[in-house]
Amino acid sequence: MRRRRWDRYAIEVAALRVLRPLGIAFFVLITVFPFYYMVMLSMREISAVIDAPGSLLIGLDEITTDAYERVLKPTSQGGEGFVRFLLNSAFLGLATVFVTLAVSILGAYAVSRLEFFGRRTVHFLFLSVYLFPAILLAIPLFVAFSKLGLRGELPVLVIVYVAQTLPLCVYMLRNYFETVPVSLEEAAEVDGATRLQVIRKVTLPLAVPAIAATGLFVFMIAWNEFLFALLFLVEERQNWTVSLGVAQLTNIETPATTLMAGSVILTLPIIVLFLFAERLMTEGLTRGAEKG
Amino acid sequence: MAAQVEIQASSTRKRRARDTRARRDSRAGVALVSPTVIVVVVMVVLPVLWALLLSFQRIRLLQIRRLDLIGGEYTLRNYDLLLSSSDFFVTVRTTLYYSVFGTLGAILLGLAAALLVRRAFRGRAVVRGVLLLPYVAPVVAVAFIWQVLLSPQLGFVNAVGTDVLGWDSPIPFLSQERGTITLFGLSIGVPTALLMVICFEAWKSFPFAFLFILARLQAAPAELEEAAKVDGATPTQIFRHIILPQLMGVIALIAVLRFIWTFNAFDEIYLLTGGGAGTQVLATQVYSFLTARSDVGASAAVAMFMAAVLAVVLLVYLRFFGDRDRQQ
Repeated sequence: MRRRRWDRYAIEVAALRVLRPLGIAFFVLITVFPFYYMVMLSMREISAVIDAPGSLLIGLDEITTDAYERVLKPTSQGGEGFVRFLLNSAFLGLATVFVTLAVSILGAYAVSRLEFFGRRTVHFLFLSVYLFPAILLAIPLFVAFSKLGLRGELPVLVIVYVAQTLPLCVYMLRNYFETVPVSLEEAAEVDGATRLQVIRKVTLPLAVPAIAATGLFVFMIAWNEFLFALLFLVEERQNWTVSLGVAQLTNIETPATTLMAGSVILTLPIIVLFLFAERLMTEGLTRGAEKG
Repeated sequence: MAAQVEIQASSTRKRRARDTRARRDSRAGVALVSPTVIVVVVMVVLPVLWALLLSFQRIRLLQIRRLDLIGGEYTLRNYDLLLSSSDFFVTVRTTLYYSVFGTLGAILLGLAAALLVRRAFRGRAVVRGVLLLPYVAPVVAVAFIWQVLLSPQLGFVNAVGTDVLGWDSPIPFLSQERGTITLFGLSIGVPTALLMVICFEAWKSFPFAFLFILARLQAAPAELEEAAKVDGATPTQIFRHIILPQLMGVIALIAVLRFIWTFNAFDEIYLLTGGGAGTQVLATQVYSFLTARSDVGASAAVAMFMAAVLAVVLLVYLRFFGDRDRQQ
């Protein structure tokens, strides 16, 4: 009996020793390969891609930046005008981060620190917003802003994004504030500081990593957002975001290489931000999940 | 006597201080939380209530200039038309297949990845970061990468399929509604495009499951597994009887969140197939009612149906897992 158990044990351990590196290699392959493929195609001539769609290596003499030039050049010079879209996306992202953080820091502080009427209701309300279908919200907002004649304006989209990202921010910041010891704030209060002074001088400096992580999340959500950009901006080309610009490249005449160059331009800022702040962000998101 | 009076006075002073402090806190709390509440109420709650009203009216986009906020005739016609059309139930069924299998795929991949990356090895931090890429990358970019990869004319997958695997002709993965797989002489019909968008969804969102399962795994006490190992338990037995039970809570939470988000997902299907080839889901249906048919009432009715389904899912989750959350 005991022998047979050990046999099974030995077999499983041996199998795992082989399967584990293979499994890890499999996951790295399926996550990295599509991005490699994107970059490779973006630097190739479309004729070369059609001739040899199965080739994955690119010779140094083969590399061309034509697709990038076409994507970045303004429309007046026959390009797609992506520089403009980059500026629009950057504006949208930064404005959304700024407004969302300003509002959610106060809200999260109140929900985590202060006992007030309706605290639990407010918290529940925020969470339910996070689970709501964006497409359901899109209908009334689309109709209302069309009626007001403001639909194509970037600041309107900022407000929409703020509303979409607020619940997540309040949730993440609240989790962080709850780890800041109350005694620090009380000490400041004894010294005669007002509530706002306490927040500004004591709580905020301690929460800088959490605020940075939350801000990066908001920026990434705003940068990646597609549905509302499509619904609100599609008729106003000068206000397009990079996401929308890439999505509008898919007519028959646009070669796949140009589409991939646009995708690289869209992806690169996000990947750079993410690699730069990965640990900061993942810890902010999963904090509290360990117990679940 | 005097001392006693002194004590009494100081305690009332303290109580009064505490009262005013509580009141001050309460007032500060309301003041600080009100910007958040105002934004959420104005930009989410009121619009959703208005959408509910819209779903009971016959409104086309062209009429909105004349439309007043509440007015108009109320009718059940939008819901009537929906529930009496067989297309609608096909869409509902597709949405359920997409959300259930997309969620299942994401959780299985995420669980496998978390178990693989759990123990330290060289380059683990890099691998962990790399595995999160599909989730953080912009959906527009990754959808088009998949579209090009799967393209019948210049895609890598079809090039390998026809040159190496000996397929007779390229497979139009994203525009073929039904295909057949022949395995050991057996022909099985498969919904090709739907299968592809499900694979895409599982690939794009497995990092979310991976991240949360990994966090939970790393918080699990090592003693239990050590003890089981000493008793001669094999790795699969340890997984089945010790690791998996500890993960059920977080897996249930991920399942309900992913189901809800996949059920709501619009971008993925719109970008990959445009809702064609048997991949029309409720979210893309709402969009095409709103834009192509400019039928605000019908699109609002579909969206309300989605919200109702999600409310049921949430209630079921809270009914079975809510107690656990409260205990912890």
